[in-house]
Amino acid sequence: MKALLFERKPARYVASALAAAVRPGRGGAYGPLSLSDIDPHDLPGPDWVRIRPRLAGICGSDLATMEGHSSRYFEGIVSFPFVPGHEVVADMEDGTRVIVEPVLGCVARNINPVCPSCAKGDLGGCERLAFGDLDAGLQTGFCCDTGGGWSTFMVAHPSQLHAVPDTMSDEAAVMVEPTACAIHGALAHLPAAGDIVVVLGAGTLGLLTLAALKAYAPDITTIVGARYLEQRSWAAKLGATHVCAPDEVGRLVRRLSGSLAYGNQLTGGADIVIDCVGSEDSITEALRIVKPKGRITLVGMPNNVSLNLTNLWHRETHLVGAYAYGIETLPNGTSRRTFDLAMELVQSADLGRLVSASYPLREYKDALEHAANSGRRGAVKVAFDLRNEKERNR
Amino acid sequence: MPRPGYVLDVDKSTPPTLFWRGEGYSLEKLPVGRSRIIYPSEPEEALKDIDGAIVNALLHPIDQDPLPAQLFAGMKLTIAFDDISLPLPKMQRPDIRQRVIEAVLDLAAEAGVDDVVLIAALALHRRMTEDELRHAVGDRVYDAFAPRGLLQQHDAEDPTKLAFIGETPTGEEVEINKRAAESDLLVYVNINLVAMDGGWKSTATGLSSYRSLRHHHNPTTMQASHSFMDQHASELHKSNWRMGKVMKESGPKVFQIETTLNTNTFPQAFDFLSKREWEWTGRDRAAFLASSKALSKTPNRIARSIFHSIEAPHQMTSIQAGDVEAVHKITTENVYRQQMVQVEGQTDILTMGIPYICPYNVNSIMNPILVMCMGLGYFFNMYRGKPLVRKGGVVIMTHPTPWEFNPIHHPSYIDFFEQCLADTTDPHELHKKYEKQFAEDEWYKHLYRTSYAYHGVHPFYMWYWGSHGLQHVGKVIIVGGEARSVRRLGFTPASTMNDAFEIASDVVGRDATVTHFHAPPLMLADVH
Repeated sequence: MKALLFERKPARYVASALAAAVRPGRGGAYGPLSLSDIDPHDLPGPDWVRIRPRLAGICGSDLATMEGHSSRYFEGIVSFPFVPGHEVVADMEDGTRVIVEPVLGCVARNINPVCPSCAKGDLGGCERLAFGDLDAGLQTGFCCDTGGGWSTFMVAHPSQLHAVPDTMSDEAAVMVEPTACAIHGALAHLPAAGDIVVVLGAGTLGLLTLAALKAYAPDITTIVGARYLEQRSWAAKLGATHVCAPDEVGRLVRRLSGSLAYGNQLTGGADIVIDCVGSEDSITEALRIVKPKGRITLVGMPNNVSLNLTNLWHRETHLVGAYAYGIETLPNGTSRRTFDLAMELVQSADLGRLVSASYPLREYKDALEHAANSGRRGAVKVAFDLRNEKERNR
Repeated sequence: MPRPGYVLDVDKSTPPTLFWRGEGYSLEKLPVGRSRIIYPSEPEEALKDIDGAIVNALLHPIDQDPLPAQLFAGMKLTIAFDDISLPLPKMQRPDIRQRVIEAVLDLAAEAGVDDVVLIAALALHRRMTEDELRHAVGDRVYDAFAPRGLLQQHDAEDPTKLAFIGETPTGEEVEINKRAAESDLLVYVNINLVAMDGGWKSTATGLSSYRSLRHHHNPTTMQASHSFMDQHASELHKSNWRMGKVMKESGPKVFQIETTLNTNTFPQAFDFLSKREWEWTGRDRAAFLASSKALSKTPNRIARSIFHSIEAPHQMTSIQAGDVEAVHKITTENVYRQQMVQVEGQTDILTMGIPYICPYNVNSIMNPILVMCMGLGYFFNMYRGKPLVRKGGVVIMTHPTPWEFNPIHHPSYIDFFEQCLADTTDPHELHKKYEKQFAEDEWYKHLYRTSYAYHGVHPFYMWYWGSHGLQHVGKVIIVGGEARSVRRLGFTPASTMNDAFEIASDVVGRDATVTHFHAPPLMLADVH
């Protein structure tokens, strides 16, 4: 079968980091990723199934891996070689279209009893990501046993699969997984009516987070800091109250919150800042513009950053991460699976329109370069389109 | 005898015309056979004995007793004076305010007045620095008053230092500086650079608060002022005069001193800037070439600091003192006599070079909002009768219009530009949606009161200032402007003057008439 395979090749990993530093998006061309003919993965257990990916998205965490700047934190929860791709819509052998919920939690790993997090339905918090019947891997797409969406075949546990309604396009379906991440970030701390919520970054995650806020907390003021014109246009279409350039966010927050300032630090600020960038600059900015005792949610995956946390200490800021999904508590007190909410939101907000471009596997270098420069090139989500791959349709 | 203003029809022999472009200038060719250039009159002669004229005005005021007769021991005397927004550029020392204030203080001292306070009439402008105050009032006055807290800057946001005087029949609230209001005599020292300056605008604007100013500094009043320079057609003027009536009835007694300056705007090295191009000598041409070449290679910051260090040689041409309205009538005639240029008919396209300075960026940056205000607020309004450009015509300005602001002087401008103009450029919408928020913003108030910031509402006023022009013209083009900031203003950027004419032709046709307003020096077009 055809697959993009990511192998443990430290020299190439360094080369990809250097290439990406020179020109974002070029890391994939020099890194340990290659288009390969490999044997299909064995089914890890009797209840596992083979699926054939139709569309598979390229996510920020994928790019970080391909470009050689992923955190070493992941070394213990990734196994090589792996086939990337965790935003997947696929066909089952009987032709049913499914979306993969990629976290490889206790149930998929055949661990019984399940860990405390999995017992609560908090799949993202699974404590057994390197144990059980599968090799290490926090998600499908980072585990050598399961394959991933950037290929013509992969395997999945039935607990990971969600049937796609006939009315839902593949493009919409491939947006469900990132939308679930965004919903989890938005609902991590539900804003109250009238709150000022800042979303830093207007790539896929930023825009989806905005859509989630709009759906579950319509009575708030949202400010989106977007670097590129097309991103600003999308943010406006998705209902942001205010959209501005990243360097304008602080001034807008100051004015809307009626804050004063000590030098560069606002005295008041936004109630919640959701950082969908995860860079040193974005976290620093979040700390500067969030109100005392306010909350910063990191939805974008951060790496090694250097931060001055004095203001966090002095202002008792809550800085929390938001990874993946599980069970969410809605404003009306009910609990729902994040993936179910994401299925609904993708359809109601027509989020399939955010898929801007798709590429066959053989053009993976172009695809990765496009994804890495999506904002600059006016794109949001870039995906691999496997539907016409010969291997898949044999 | 100085030559009066002149309208030149452009023909084949007309040399290229000077256009200001911020901290620089260029020579542009205007279309032959359908263009004309309006040149200001030459500077009037200055009074030979300036100090004598000042004393004479104080001793022989109009419709009031001589100043010495109004001064007595034990009285409370306040001397207010125009702030840094006048004159432009700042004048060579001694500033005319210094000479007048010293003369008033001499008379006060002779009368045994010991309760004297000087107030810079800032309205909602930024506070002046020590250097700026010293330049305006002179070292002797500064050193005598400032250390004892007797040289003050009007604070329109300190409720303890404001006094409510009353209301006009149309409900306009009159609130002015408390010290001025409670004085036995308020002496106001004006510099009347244009016809709009002075009169009741001095006290009703310069010493007032947002509560008062909002009644006339709004889009409705500004759009109904045709123009600011024509008292009979200016709603702004009428509102100030209604407030003046309240002041007369319930406010302090005002002894108004108004001065006019000649239009001798640039020092000798920059003589060519005030000359008609066909009269340039070889030396003028060399000065133009050398300076424009040097400026094109000079970083903006340095070019700005060179230009703002220019001190104008303009001198006083008249002084009158006494009753506000009687004095202002004569002052206006004096301003008109020097600045009025007779112009036949309107034009399809009005061109103007925007210089490096306007009343609100002294020692600062001419940001895009001020470019708009200078073009559509000031130059567009330099008319009496009819606007120079016809209704639906095109204004072409030249200015680099960088997306650049002085964060100390213009903090609320930055937010206005980023947040409000991104939403709408309609003055009424801006007024309705955002003005109150900016006017009441605690941070802007703090910066206005303790730093050197213009008041939070000030960028709105700048926008309103241009709102009559905005409403009147069909298109505004800025040649050489930074495209993104020009677009944010709602205008159209053009790379060259020819491109601008090409763009304008969509609105006014290919044979459109062109009029170039060749200022500074300042002038006023009397359009028939």
